[in-house]
Amino acid sequence: MFSFCTDPSTLDSWRWMACYLTTGKHMSLYWSFGTVLLLLAITAPVALAFGFAGATAARSRIAPLRWIGKGYTAIVRGVPDIAFFLFFVIALDQAFEYLRHKVKCPGWDQPIRQGNDFIVCAEAKLPLGNAAQWLHEVYGFSLAVLTFAIVFGAFAANVLFGAMRAVPRAQIETAEAYGLNQRQTFWRILVPQMWVYALPGLSNLWMVLIKATPLLFLLGVEDIVYWARELGGTKTPQFTDYPHVDWRMWYFLFLLIFYLGFTKLSETVLDRIMLRLTHGQATSGGEAQRKAA
Amino acid sequence: MECWDTIADYAFRSIGYGPRLLPRTDFTLCQQFTLIGSGMIWNIYFGALALCTGFILAVAVAMGKASQNPWLRKPSELFIFIFRGSPLFIQFFFAYFFFQSLKSVSPFFGPFSSAALGALIVLFLNTAAYSAQIFYGALRSIPKGDLEAADAYGMSGLPKFRRITFPTMLRLAWPGYTNEAIFLFHATTLVFFSGFPARQQGGDALYYANYFADKTFNPFVPYPIVAFYFILLTLVVIGLFGLMNRYLNRHLPQDARKKLRIRPQIIR
Repeated sequence: MFSFCTDPSTLDSWRWMACYLTTGKHMSLYWSFGTVLLLLAITAPVALAFGFAGATAARSRIAPLRWIGKGYTAIVRGVPDIAFFLFFVIALDQAFEYLRHKVKCPGWDQPIRQGNDFIVCAEAKLPLGNAAQWLHEVYGFSLAVLTFAIVFGAFAANVLFGAMRAVPRAQIETAEAYGLNQRQTFWRILVPQMWVYALPGLSNLWMVLIKATPLLFLLGVEDIVYWARELGGTKTPQFTDYPHVDWRMWYFLFLLIFYLGFTKLSETVLDRIMLRLTHGQATSGGEAQRKAA
Repeated sequence: MECWDTIADYAFRSIGYGPRLLPRTDFTLCQQFTLIGSGMIWNIYFGALALCTGFILAVAVAMGKASQNPWLRKPSELFIFIFRGSPLFIQFFFAYFFFQSLKSVSPFFGPFSSAALGALIVLFLNTAAYSAQIFYGALRSIPKGDLEAADAYGMSGLPKFRRITFPTMLRLAWPGYTNEAIFLFHATTLVFFSGFPARQQGGDALYYANYFADKTFNPFVPYPIVAFYFILLTLVVIGLFGLMNRYLNRHLPQDARKKLRIRPQIIR
């Protein structure tokens, strides 16, 4: 990157380091931080939407819908989340290919599961076999986002379900006394009031989501963990101008510090939001603010 | 009868007893159940040991964080922040490569880069930090009257801690601590995906499930088996901790007892 980088073997240690940290591979590492942030930016609203749908379904009057909602919120309680991550990535991929297979190749007569293989016709492959490399990467990333959204949607559904129940019963009764129908009560009374009760749970969830991002590595995305392992490993002079011994420890220390900083930042911001939201509320937090003022 | 043979062969495969080779083709349901169940030995080993050892450190750190002395308080706060503020996955990776580089300093550190010891240390520190936060919260919510009564009886120092502070803290923290225990067991599934090698393909339940899913391209069998085993384990943990909760609350009237409530707190 710098002009003095043409012959690394002649450099003193500081300039060597500057050149080493700006190689093309390291640029990929820095870009993968963008991947993590992108994942957070997409997953958070989608998971919230999933959670909202789940919580609403769990409160539904129609029994099958309620069972689906309750089941969705319950899956995350007894089973390790990593099992879900590993499961959904393959399961979703196969579900998509299976659907496309049914639509695109109606004349196909062989079974899809042959022994240990999962075989769909060539047109149903996702992404198509002749697709560009970036399409494969985008597809892999979207599968990961969808998996994250499903798992975190279940957690968010738990939080929102609790928050909906925390809205004082008297508020709902008042709405009914005013003659609002069910839909109006839900959208005009329940939903606007539930956020204060949901926020502590949701901010907790955000912290957890940040800490879950390294699991992208398990889903086959080239994220920061992947690059830290790749770049930190021993490099010999035969293959690179920048030989070094095993530095993976330092790369992971850097990631550790990155995550600590990120959580600290989020903590500060979320505390501010909470402070603003509780202002003037009839809760213990609001009461404490009133006394302090 | 064939299934009994499989169980006899593979029941302890994960800790090194049994055939060297894993089945490669024509997986039966029995093989999947047996091997994944055999992997659960590791999950229980990590979870149970980390929980028992972590408990002691957690109480100490919680006391440290609640103490007036900044020399005790600051390090405790830092310890809790570091282990709660960063992903366990990254902690595993860091610890593994850290122990690797220690190994080159002295052969004494050789065993530390194995999963059995190295990962256990990480889990021990991690659960200690999470539990310490729970215990700290409980310490702060001990009724003022209880402590004043202890003072009035002339108790101080160790007797006061042993008879009043500690039992009350434990009683108040127990529902939260049950939650922590459940998710610690879930977190043990990360071990063999984060650098620590599975010696001779002897891994935990999720390691074997992942093996089967990779080999058969069929995630719909092995992962539900893992789910089944973990739901069973969760129920056992809830049962045991529920008994302890009853014991801790035995002096209280029924409706004043704190109920166990499972709140998903997940990935760490």
